[in-house]
Amino acid sequence: MLDSTEGYTTADGRKIGGVVMEMKNITLRFGGVVAIKDISFDILEGEIRAIIGPNGAGKSSMLNVISGFYVPQEGEVWFRGAPRPQMKPFEVARQGIARTFQNIALFEGMSVLDNVMTGRLTHMKSGLLAQSVWRGKAEAEETANREVAERIIDFLEIQAIRKTPVARLPYGLKKRVELARALAAEPKLLLLDEPMAGMNVEEKEDMSRFILDVNDEFGTTIALIEHDMGVVMDLSDRVVVMDYGKKIGDGTPDEVRNNQDVIDAYLGVSHD
Amino acid sequence: MFYREAGDFSTTYPQDSQTFPIKFDRYRYYFVLAFAFLVIPFIINDYWANAILLPFLIYTIAAIGLNILTGYCGQVSLGTGGFMAVGAYACYKLMTAFPEVNIFIHVILAGGVTALVGVLFGLPSLRIKGFYLAVATLAAQFFLVWLFNRVPWFYNYSASGQINAPERTVFGVLVTGPSAPAWATYLFCLVFVTICAILARNLTRGTIGRSWMAIRDMDIAAEIIGVNPLSAKLSAFAISSFFVGISGALFFAIYLGAVEVGEVFNIQKSFLVLFMIIIGGLGSIFGSFAGAAFLVVLPVFLKVVGVDLLGWPTDIVAHFQFIIIGALIIMFLILEPHGLAQLWRLTKEKLRLWPFPH
Repeated sequence: MLDSTEGYTTADGRKIGGVVMEMKNITLRFGGVVAIKDISFDILEGEIRAIIGPNGAGKSSMLNVISGFYVPQEGEVWFRGAPRPQMKPFEVARQGIARTFQNIALFEGMSVLDNVMTGRLTHMKSGLLAQSVWRGKAEAEETANREVAERIIDFLEIQAIRKTPVARLPYGLKKRVELARALAAEPKLLLLDEPMAGMNVEEKEDMSRFILDVNDEFGTTIALIEHDMGVVMDLSDRVVVMDYGKKIGDGTPDEVRNNQDVIDAYLGVSHD
Repeated sequence: MFYREAGDFSTTYPQDSQTFPIKFDRYRYYFVLAFAFLVIPFIINDYWANAILLPFLIYTIAAIGLNILTGYCGQVSLGTGGFMAVGAYACYKLMTAFPEVNIFIHVILAGGVTALVGVLFGLPSLRIKGFYLAVATLAAQFFLVWLFNRVPWFYNYSASGQINAPERTVFGVLVTGPSAPAWATYLFCLVFVTICAILARNLTRGTIGRSWMAIRDMDIAAEIIGVNPLSAKLSAFAISSFFVGISGALFFAIYLGAVEVGEVFNIQKSFLVLFMIIIGGLGSIFGSFAGAAFLVVLPVFLKVVGVDLLGWPTDIVAHFQFIIIGALIIMFLILEPHGLAQLWRLTKEKLRLWPFPH
């Protein structure tokens, strides 16, 4: 079932295509601390890929490597069939990788609409002069991108708050706005860092639905980090399990659930 | 009651993203514009032009410029006075080197020169932020004033070290020099203020404005969303300095006519413009107007009340002015960090519902 170069068909009948991103023997060190140790895995087109592990396992570091914040000392990141040269985070964004943050990183002084429109930045090309007169190309571009942004706003059901400054919103909505901003970029790969942290059951259900809908509707490839095992097992097609910077498991939720190393990592193992 | 948006629907996105989406606001804006262009020039006199209107218009341009950098992009600058001096000296050199070219073009070119200098002094912002950047721009302030004082080429080797604006005309009407009519100087500055405000508004509501604000609110998230911090910060410095340079050129050529750089464009000028945008409202074009108006009118108002009405000695009134401005800045920082612009916004919210708030 898991032939990663060919793709596969999920239980609910979605076609998972070729490799979007491949991490090859990534090692990341901070001085003497080894955060990630020789990890390889791939993310296939159209799938929901979860990265899980106990606290301090190196999950967020992994996401930061993918989004270009950290440069691994060893190993290569392959994106869409080619090794990615070392690049700045904004260049990674322009390649089509968007992400959300563990603790919300919205632009608090701007309205929801402006936040979502900021997500469209990588698609806006008009120059300074055109923008300053706000006629012709600049205005047409603004309108075209506004339409895309409004579609996303519609999709995530945040129409009512589109003109509200983000600072006034409650936590759950902020998480959703952050998802909207990442989605507005129409990413080829969407990284979600703990999209459900600090939410109650109802909000988690909403967010899970949105994540599944996004994957379904736009066919977006999603890689997510999450601590809620129930959510992870239900949402994801394949799971990478990390512990102390090492990969200890990789496969479908069922395979991972029955993996002895994973059980040991989560439940602990007696040493006698 | 006074302020209605009922029945005012936007049906297209361009309609919704225009500067004044509410009809009432739009008509008031047209009215103010018509009044400023068609009425004031006929009733203006020298006192009003020199004491209030010219400084108000010119400081507004400087405040818009600084607001783009500090209010929108979040890069604190204390070099405004220095950049105004660059505008003034660039304008002077251009005016004396190419006397046949229209002064309108000189002022714009002076803005362009200042933009280049601004980018140069904006380079440290890629590495440092906050306080440290403020100190770096402070260095620009002192260095530029020192430069214009020390290098005689800048003041054309004149004996006094001052620069004097030669007489220049626009459409045959004198706009610089002591014999220029008040209405002509006023209109000349008004045209620049209008153009600058419209340009600034268009820039800040568009893509580039959003990337500035993204850098201001959270630079890491901005970068992850695809904002190039280098181009966002440097473009903010360039455009901010462009406006500040234009205001410096107008301040010298139109308003003062003669400038001694150490006196006119010193550190106090930088602080004055900074106070304007703090009191007026950071991140607001209207706030730039409000702040400039407030700090230009306040000293005049205090002088009229204190000296002319109450008969107090001039020096006491002058000291009162310091106390009051200082107190106001502290008050604004504590009570309403978004300044007069925010107060205006709140008033409009209230007026929308008045007299039945429920």
